[in-house]
Amino acid sequence: MDIPYTIESRPDTGLYNAKVGIWLFLASEVMLFGALFSSYILLRVGAPEGYWPHGWLNIPIGTANTAVLITSSITTVMAWASCKMNQFGKFKFYHACTLCLALTFVCIKSYEYHDKLTHYSVKLADGKIADGHLIEKSKDFDLVQKTGFVVLHGHVVDLANKQGEELQKELKTIYDLRSPEGRAVEHKELKLEAAQIASMETYGPWHHAYTAIYFTLTGLHALHVIGGAIVIGFLWGPGSKLWQKDPERFTNRIEISGLFWHFVDLVWIFLFPVLYLL
Amino acid sequence: MQASTQAIAHPHLDEDHHAGAGFWSKYVFSTDHKVIGIQYGFTALCFLFFGFCLMLMMRWQIAHPGEPVPLIGPWLTSLLGENMAAKGIVSPDLYNSFGAMHGTIMVFLGIVPLAFAAFGNYLVPLQIGAPDMAFPRVNMASYQAYVLGGIIMFFSFFIPGGAAQAGWTSYPPLAVAIPTDGQTFWIIGMVFLITSSLLGAVNFIATVIQLRAPGMTWMRLPFFVWAQFVTAFLLLLAFPPLEAAAIMQLMDKVAHTSFFLPTGLAVGGQLAHISGGGSPLLWQHLFWFLAHPEVYVLILPAMGIVAEIIANNTRKPLWGYKSLVYSVLTIGFLSFIVWAHHMYLTGMGTKIATFFQTTTMIISIPSVIILSCLFISLWGGAIRFNTPMLFVMAFLPMFGIGGLTGLPLGFGYSDIHLHDTYYVIAHFHYIVAPGTIFGLFAGIYYWFPKLTGRMMNEFWGKVHFWCSLIFMNLIFQPMFAQGMAGMLRRMADGGANYSQAKVPGAIGGLSAHTMGLHTYILWAAVGLALAQIPFVINLFWSINNGNKITSDNPWEATTLEWQTPTPPPHGNFATAPLVHRGPYEYSVPGKVRDFTPQNEAD
Repeated sequence: MDIPYTIESRPDTGLYNAKVGIWLFLASEVMLFGALFSSYILLRVGAPEGYWPHGWLNIPIGTANTAVLITSSITTVMAWASCKMNQFGKFKFYHACTLCLALTFVCIKSYEYHDKLTHYSVKLADGKIADGHLIEKSKDFDLVQKTGFVVLHGHVVDLANKQGEELQKELKTIYDLRSPEGRAVEHKELKLEAAQIASMETYGPWHHAYTAIYFTLTGLHALHVIGGAIVIGFLWGPGSKLWQKDPERFTNRIEISGLFWHFVDLVWIFLFPVLYLL
Repeated sequence: MQASTQAIAHPHLDEDHHAGAGFWSKYVFSTDHKVIGIQYGFTALCFLFFGFCLMLMMRWQIAHPGEPVPLIGPWLTSLLGENMAAKGIVSPDLYNSFGAMHGTIMVFLGIVPLAFAAFGNYLVPLQIGAPDMAFPRVNMASYQAYVLGGIIMFFSFFIPGGAAQAGWTSYPPLAVAIPTDGQTFWIIGMVFLITSSLLGAVNFIATVIQLRAPGMTWMRLPFFVWAQFVTAFLLLLAFPPLEAAAIMQLMDKVAHTSFFLPTGLAVGGQLAHISGGGSPLLWQHLFWFLAHPEVYVLILPAMGIVAEIIANNTRKPLWGYKSLVYSVLTIGFLSFIVWAHHMYLTGMGTKIATFFQTTTMIISIPSVIILSCLFISLWGGAIRFNTPMLFVMAFLPMFGIGGLTGLPLGFGYSDIHLHDTYYVIAHFHYIVAPGTIFGLFAGIYYWFPKLTGRMMNEFWGKVHFWCSLIFMNLIFQPMFAQGMAGMLRRMADGGANYSQAKVPGAIGGLSAHTMGLHTYILWAAVGLALAQIPFVINLFWSINNGNKITSDNPWEATTLEWQTPTPPPHGNFATAPLVHRGPYEYSVPGKVRDFTPQNEAD
């Protein structure tokens, strides 16, 4: 006895097995990302006033990446429709586009990560905070030996001995870059001797609850993009031999991988406003 | 097909697909749901044994704090090092490891794989008349992920610093602050186990939806299939939040984020070098969002097994089949909105607490309906008291004790006193040990002839049953008293530091009587260990030496798994079965036989 409904649909459910499977899998993915989004909400409402960042991410870049993913969703549908219409050549073209777009997305995302990982927050010995991108690090720079220097392109904030409205205003220069105070900040080259520096760290996941959830959410999403691209790449390359033998099964595979791809896009549609805009 | 009660004269049908296949592809990398079921069962039984051994060492440590473990003490020292077990003594760190890993192993590597994956894999496709699971290769991957997760968990005992020490609940900040790598191993192991159960759950649900044989409508599904179906949904939807939490705790451990670490956290008197801004409560919410449905993952498959065996051995239809089905669906839904009753002591507001107290009381209603239906099913039956039925008969009151003692924990005001005491331990062990595990034992004795074509020995089965029943109660009953007297769980010295012997006259100090119960429990646990010897011998001996069954359907059952050749070949059914009736047509008036298989035409 062979397993039924691997290709054709079961009459009473109207679905073939893999389609039930992928929808169930996506349901669990909704719970996975749902839990992380919930965590985002909890961390955000738990943050003290003025300490949750706004405008740390570049909106035009994020918008561009959103457009890239939405376009890739369109090419994915077109690839599937081409299979349905028996146009294998068009399928190859559209999924080649999907793969290029996936690669573009990952490249843009890496650029954004790189930007955060070269952005330093430096606690100075006098209690002030220097904040900016690293331009130069001298070869003998060593925090423990107190030798050398770094050059940042940024600004210095002084949170010490400030309270109430004064503190909130000063906080906005690092935590709310969209506020008048945040936009008014002048960035200049700061040369910091190692002896001046108490400690320094990048805007990596360890820097703040926001960067933690940002890196975790987008990292997990990027893993999904890469995983989806590998599957689509396989079906586009070696896996496409199945088209000659069993076009219907192959089309189903394109549909299933496409459903996953749309889900990954959908997650980004939520990630973009939550992390970039709000 | 139509094997039913005729003599078994099938030449080995199972040779067809796998003929010529080597040992590895037949037994290790098999995609056959029955082989995978057996793999799961065997592995899970090994882990159950291992988890039980951890518990025995812990019982020794709390009954005799600071004394070397008899017999295996020297082994402990040589395996785990002087730091963990100097001179064969279980150190407090090692005790914490054992405690955390006992819970983890029993729940995630023992009971769930045995109840859900092993029984479910073997039986669900057979009971719905399917040739296999919907995705056989995914099924194999599920087992492999499980083994990998298990190996990581097991291996973590032997790394420097030992296995995870923060309890099976892994509450941060403690879990993150302990400076060893055990917790990291725990998290990575859990990610594999979660992946395994995700693949399994998708497979089960798709199989039940898509592969039911013609005529097998939803209301003709055996109750066991319903129980597994709901369990699969719980695993599918409840595990991912724990995976999210595990990812975040891994980030806290490895990338030094502060998801669960609050601002101003001090570790060992030193301000921790963290960004802060995290929430320890967030972990508890995510953890219990999984772990309460997990409780039903533990119990529902056992209830399914119990229902099958009751119907078969009372020779009556189950009383209230529809109520059972709707109850199990209700439990499945409600189990997602009761989680915070594990968190009354976290300082939640009274309104939130009221909500969770209410849902907790409501979820006891379908549970009681199920238990009542099973009890009433016994009424007026000519009960056959074979070994599986004895275990099932004990399951009912034992689960009843476990369930009823849960009510005081579901109310905030009584939970304040009982929270984190031995009372809690007694409560959930009554559900899982003489509850679920008895259900699983019953299932093993009941379906053994389908797997092997031989019966297990009845006499030794009954010895196993009576000894297990007595010792289980001797172990867990005293814990209720200890808990009500205020003895907290997770103390490496069993509470000696808080005893009246240590601080004479202290108010609320544990009395000599309460402390003395540890000794009784220890020897009852040893007795329980000895009581499993007849089971293990019986299980392996009977594979080749048990009484041969003379029919494919030795229990004269109605469900489809008994209407296959023994053991079922690859592909299960020679021809596709057609289902004509509900699952429990026993003693139908006017019929010659007292059972009518589901695939028998009128």
